[in-house]
Amino acid sequence: MGNKQTIFTPEQLDAYQDCTFFTRKEILRLFYRYRDLAPQLVPLDYTDKPDVTLPYELIGSMPELKDNPFRQRIAEVFSEDGEGNMTLDDFLDMFSVMSEMAPRDLKAYYAFKIYDFNNDDYICKSDLEKTVNKLTQNELTPEEVNLACNKVIDEADLDNDGKLSLEDFQHMIIRAPDFL
Amino acid sequence: EDKEDDSKEEDNGPRQNRASKRKALQRKNNDGKTTEKGVSRKRERDKKASTKEQKDSENKEKKTNKQKGKEKENKDKKERRSSTPSTSNSSDEESLTEEELAMLMEQVEQKKKLISTMRNKPWRMVKKLSMLREAQAFVEKFEGALGKGKGKKLYAYKMMMAKKWVKFKRDFDNFKTQCIPWEMKIKEVESHFGSSVASYFIFLRWMYGVNLVLFGLIFGLVIIPEVLMGMPYGSMPRKTVPRAEQATAMDFSVLWDFEGYIKYSALFYGYYNNQRTIGWLKYRLPMAYFMVGISVFGYSLMVVIRSMARNANESTGEGDDENFVFSWKMFTSWDYLIGNPETADNKFASITTSFKESIVDEQESNKDENIHLRRFLRVLANVLIICCLCGSGYLIYFVVKRSQTFSKMQNIGWYERNEVEIVMSLLGMFCPPLFETIAALENYHPRIGLKWQLGRIFALFLGNLYTFLLALMDDVNEKLAEEDVLKNITHWTLLSHHNSSIGNGSTATPPPLDPADVPRGPCWETTVGIEFVRLTVSDILVTFVTILVGDFIRACFVRFVNYCWCWDLEAGFPSYAEFDISGNVLGLVFNQGMIWMGSFYAPGLVGINVLRLLTSMYFQCWAVMSSNVPHERVFKASKSNNFYMGLLLLILFLSLLPVAYTIMSLPPSFDCGPFSGKKRMYEVIQETIELDFPVFVAKIFSYVANPGLIIPAILLMVLAIYYLNAVSEAYQRANAELKKKMQMLREEEKNKRNNKTTTNSAMQDLEDLLKPNTKSESQPKQVEDKKIEPPNKTSPVGKQGKAAAEDVSPINGRRGAVLTPPLHMLVTRPPMPGVRTPYPGLARPRPHPQGPVPWRGRGQPRY
Repeated sequence: MGNKQTIFTPEQLDAYQDCTFFTRKEILRLFYRYRDLAPQLVPLDYTDKPDVTLPYELIGSMPELKDNPFRQRIAEVFSEDGEGNMTLDDFLDMFSVMSEMAPRDLKAYYAFKIYDFNNDDYICKSDLEKTVNKLTQNELTPEEVNLACNKVIDEADLDNDGKLSLEDFQHMIIRAPDFL
Repeated sequence: EDKEDDSKEEDNGPRQNRASKRKALQRKNNDGKTTEKGVSRKRERDKKASTKEQKDSENKEKKTNKQKGKEKENKDKKERRSSTPSTSNSSDEESLTEEELAMLMEQVEQKKKLISTMRNKPWRMVKKLSMLREAQAFVEKFEGALGKGKGKKLYAYKMMMAKKWVKFKRDFDNFKTQCIPWEMKIKEVESHFGSSVASYFIFLRWMYGVNLVLFGLIFGLVIIPEVLMGMPYGSMPRKTVPRAEQATAMDFSVLWDFEGYIKYSALFYGYYNNQRTIGWLKYRLPMAYFMVGISVFGYSLMVVIRSMARNANESTGEGDDENFVFSWKMFTSWDYLIGNPETADNKFASITTSFKESIVDEQESNKDENIHLRRFLRVLANVLIICCLCGSGYLIYFVVKRSQTFSKMQNIGWYERNEVEIVMSLLGMFCPPLFETIAALENYHPRIGLKWQLGRIFALFLGNLYTFLLALMDDVNEKLAEEDVLKNITHWTLLSHHNSSIGNGSTATPPPLDPADVPRGPCWETTVGIEFVRLTVSDILVTFVTILVGDFIRACFVRFVNYCWCWDLEAGFPSYAEFDISGNVLGLVFNQGMIWMGSFYAPGLVGINVLRLLTSMYFQCWAVMSSNVPHERVFKASKSNNFYMGLLLLILFLSLLPVAYTIMSLPPSFDCGPFSGKKRMYEVIQETIELDFPVFVAKIFSYVANPGLIIPAILLMVLAIYYLNAVSEAYQRANAELKKKMQMLREEEKNKRNNKTTTNSAMQDLEDLLKPNTKSESQPKQVEDKKIEPPNKTSPVGKQGKAAAEDVSPINGRRGAVLTPPLHMLVTRPPMPGVRTPYPGLARPRPHPQGPVPWRGRGQPRY
């Protein structure tokens, strides 16, 4: 790393390293990814913390998210305004949580938020239906969707309130072999 | 209606929260300053104290007004911090500085902890940054203050060192991540083919790392010292090409077979001299050779086992839990690493089918019959595959026997000579697809299916290994017999040469015999080494050619001939190849086994392998991206790929055996290699200990090597393993027991609820009132929840939630006695700003009736 970078001050970089799971190089790489989405909007100098927000259309077109059925939800959850428009901070936050270094607790927490489509802190049946439909691209019949949702609630709802709370969700997902 | 309430609260929640946070921030800064001044200047304290008290009350007011879970902790801290100086001031001045300092120290520690765990908090980045800055400023200030006092220099110094250490560690981590190669390449493959294909490449990279270390060991400690300081080429028989071979020694066809000059180079065992020390460094080469040979195995074992242990730590519960079939399907089936539309389509399709399958399973009431059928099919498949394996094993055995009789015959054709190889390759070509076809009967999840497939092909390949070793052993025994004869001839030749020169009656010093003319033994070690190198090289070629022909040419054919063909080649018969994970992983594992076995006899082999891994990384990445299509059933690799490691460990063990056997019980060749002239190879250790160490070391060594000591030690280890095994089993049982209990309690609750919904609301209220008496039933459940979710207990999230509950909950004092607030909920409560009210018993709908407290949240949909 011979060339001096002037995008962030060293303090900023240190702070970002404290707040994310990334190293210096990765943070810079992510910054360039962020900037590549809209080179005319994002300045090359972040030392004075410019207030730049990229709209969801740009974020959602990233190859990482492009094919993800939950891309809109992910962007919404991680964006400050809840609409999917992201600042650099939100962007770093998102990738930090998604990275493989993040602990499962944190991932589970955000996964819960992502699947909780109506933001009521519970994954209720409508959320589950949305999830199934997104996962299967509406290939299942309504009865099948209904059955699947009922089964999920039946399996994972520990306190029998007909919807999944964060605890139920964590209890279930921490044990999943596929949950990374 | 409840929902609306919630959302409203949520709406103004963050704003409120942010505003209050800002205030809190300012306040904290003030506090910080004042406290610092308090330490240095005590005079002004009294004045400040009043303002602090004011703030205190303000704090309390705030707290009762807006109860925001997360804020609480901060306030708590602040309260403590601001209150201690003021109260202490009023009472006693001198002794309090100590207390104060201790307090401060504690807070500083807390802040530090906060800084180090900042990245684990589910907060927004802005908040994290501001919290971080705040905490750092605090630490900075108070460390300075603590450092100023007398006798606190050490503390300040320690703090400074700690800071430096953290910085160094971070820089080192940065450096380390920079050193990991091919990160982007693998990520690209991952996004196109899902994580299962990427797991192969990660394994390949890991192997490359291990081999680099082995390469460094062998080259640094054996080959380079020998080349630099050993006797030069041509100075002695073992380092010279014999006269008969010299004419063709540089021909490519000879070199390609690793004969000629390559055979008499430092790449093979035979080149090394048995001189005890070489060069001006007095480097003990035979000793080094032996120790490096051992440490290659030692290091590999250590690395494999360590990474296995790490993987085992990371993997949480095995997937055998049948409780959450649908939930897992719903929430964890998407592979978030997919970034390719084609793969995504495959994934969508596979998720849909898997949902449909399990729905059909669920709908079928007579599930038992289904299970029986599946079991029957699985047993059938296994029987078929065992038959295949036995058949191929017998075939190999038969062919090897035949080849032994063939080798004694004189004029045999090309087929007879190569029969073993041909049969082996045919088996290797046709058995895996056969296994795959049979495995389709079993209908496993593709990940489990992959494991089975790997295990079966592994068993098949073991036959391969076995024949190779058997043939090699025969060869070695033959050479050993030959050697006995030759030894005498060599001795006699040298003697006669000596005699003849004396008999000529000229001078006292006879002209030395040219090293190329000395008759020499067959040197079985070099032969073994050459066999391994040849095998490795031919394996490399076969792998690359297979990829080129089977993947690339096929892809080109399908792609370009498709324009003028009768049917659709891309969708129809040949189509594009899928990446063969099991075959590639096994190829890698067996190749590594060859390297481990061969590296003792051919130190240069590891170098070849490093090159191979390097090229195959680039080549296979290219081949995968250019000519393969994603799997039809895209599946995720589990984070703990201990299965690969397990295979590797098995191969390592298997390859350790023949090497250990040759070292311990075969005599080394008499005229080549570092151990020539000794009865057994390991005598080099005894020699070193006797000659280079003081006497008492030799004595200690002889005591330690006594079987009377070794056998009890092994016994002790076996007992320890047994004990640990028993303990872990007991834990597992306890775990299963708890799980069962929880399940039972859940069922009970459910039944109760179902009954309840039928009764009218009045009855329900009555029941709710009566419930506290029966509360003891549900208590164990909560305790269990706590036990079973240890990660939550330790998470910072939980602490805050608890703090909130303790401050606010009116039923706090009676916890556990009559009214138990749902413990596990409090423990796991996240600090969701604004969204939650900290009255756990009030706002959240819980199944546990809260006694006299009316619960509002029950209007939510039930089923």
